[in-house]
Amino acid sequence: MKARVKQKGTASGRVARRENFHLNLMVLPGILLFLVFNYLPMAGIVIAFKDYNPNLGILDSPWCGLKNFTFFFTSQDAARVIGNTVLYSITFLIVDLIAGVGLALMFYNLRSRKALKFYNTVVILPRFMSAVIVAFIVFIILNPSYGIANQVIKALGGSGIQWYMKPGYWPVILTITHVWQTVGMNSIIYYASLMGMDESLLEAAALDGANKRQQTWYVVIPHLIPVMVITTILALGHLFSGDFGLFYQVPKDVGLLYTTTDIINTYTFRALQNGALEKSTAVGLFQSVTGLLLVTGTNALVRKISPDNSLF
Amino acid sequence: MRKKKKIPTGQIVLHILFLLMVVMYIVPFLMVLSISFTDEVSLVRDGYHLIPREFSLSAYKMVFSDPTQIFHSYRTTIIFTAVSTFLAVVVMGVMAYPLSRPNYRFNRPVSFFVLFTMLFSGGMVPSYLLIVKYLHLNNTMWVYILPGLVSAYNLIIIRTNYKSLPVELIEAAKIDGAGELYICFRIVMPLCKPVLASIGFLFLVNKWNDWNTALLYITKPELYSLQYLLQKILKEAEYLKQLAETGQLMGGEVFPSESFRYAMAMVAAGPVLCIFPFFQKYFSKGMTLGGVKG
Repeated sequence: MKARVKQKGTASGRVARRENFHLNLMVLPGILLFLVFNYLPMAGIVIAFKDYNPNLGILDSPWCGLKNFTFFFTSQDAARVIGNTVLYSITFLIVDLIAGVGLALMFYNLRSRKALKFYNTVVILPRFMSAVIVAFIVFIILNPSYGIANQVIKALGGSGIQWYMKPGYWPVILTITHVWQTVGMNSIIYYASLMGMDESLLEAAALDGANKRQQTWYVVIPHLIPVMVITTILALGHLFSGDFGLFYQVPKDVGLLYTTTDIINTYTFRALQNGALEKSTAVGLFQSVTGLLLVTGTNALVRKISPDNSLF
Repeated sequence: MRKKKKIPTGQIVLHILFLLMVVMYIVPFLMVLSISFTDEVSLVRDGYHLIPREFSLSAYKMVFSDPTQIFHSYRTTIIFTAVSTFLAVVVMGVMAYPLSRPNYRFNRPVSFFVLFTMLFSGGMVPSYLLIVKYLHLNNTMWVYILPGLVSAYNLIIIRTNYKSLPVELIEAAKIDGAGELYICFRIVMPLCKPVLASIGFLFLVNKWNDWNTALLYITKPELYSLQYLLQKILKEAEYLKQLAETGQLMGGEVFPSESFRYAMAMVAAGPVLCIFPFFQKYFSKGMTLGGVKG
């Protein structure tokens, strides 16, 4: 083997071929898994254009054109569900950016390493809890009879609120829950980027008379823009979909709250449960296509404005 | 360089802000713990409190009075978590290696093949039909393990990390006669242990917390994942009653339905809470997200 590697030139083609064979072998298991669990379902999209009958199977069910799409888009649910999804996505996108960068800056300015490590550990904790546990925690606060929120309201002389019957409160509750759960992990991406920043930039700015706030605004934040752009492009790809765990578990799937808590993902899940497979597929296809267009579209736009910041 | 001995006011303000956050993050978990140890009668009378008004172990006695379901769920969850995490780290750790090599002939097509899955997906129903009607993985352990084993996002993170290793390292190994597999397993993967550990740990936690797989694909109670069991207990009063009937009620005691839920939550979330601090150190190091650009 050694000898063969040494006689370069004559045998190098063979070596390269054998190398490529081994490398091919190494990607094979992964490729198979992607093929079966990611690409085969893409073929199943045809169901969206069929009148699916479980007895006939996917291939033999009759075609029905765009009926499944018109069914969804002309229904009363569509406006509500799409509206909720998009509004939550945009709210979360903005709030996540502000909270994530803010927390990263707080970490960056903290001098004590030990304290940093402790605070860091604490704030990423909820990321490791399932949506079910998060739902439990929200329930501790909002339980109408025993919950903390109503205890406080009653102590202040008010009467308790039936949180799980009042949809008006839920946009706020869900946004707070979402930020509480994800801000720690979000901030780590920004913080990691700050760790790679050249500190002499800050010193130079300080020498030129920039105060702390100016340093942050003109040196630190611009350094974070590439990461902010990438997270924004990726988040825009999910404009028409949301965190199923948060929206299914935390409001406990209570029908009364659907006006403000039902998003496309929970809606399609219920459609699947009710056996409306083709309708659910159609809505899923709508999500995938819009997601693809949004990611490639924003990316193209970013590439035009500042090529270095684009995702691909 | 820039510090003096006394603590400046800015730092004190920061610490106060952080301590407030710590309260917001720790208290809810302490509440779960506290409620699980509170006597049911006192819970109904006084509501939830941070410190139990009347301490009681009856919820835990109840949880473990008929441990069959918990035992099954624990066993299922441990098996699929361990197997899928191991497979995921090996399959993705190996797959990322050719993708990190610029001279790999199919680098571009394979990278595209992987990245496209990030941009487009068939959606929930086609996957559901594939798994249930064609692969018949429902009500088996495999449905927890195989779907989602490889993901483009994790592959990119691992590949970016491999790329940061000096090329000379691989060339030197080749001159010494090492094959690609040997280089990957013995040189590249050990050197990138932090990123593999953090990816593996995140994967493990996500699997441990898996409740939606069971929601879609599992109807056999002995294959319920732990979190699915928990969400059933939280949501379905009926299911709770059913459990109460199978478990033996202790001499005229009230069934501790409130505290029981929280005791179950502790039993389900406890293990992650315990191992989590040991992996935390890898995160800020390992999770640097490189661009997708090749």
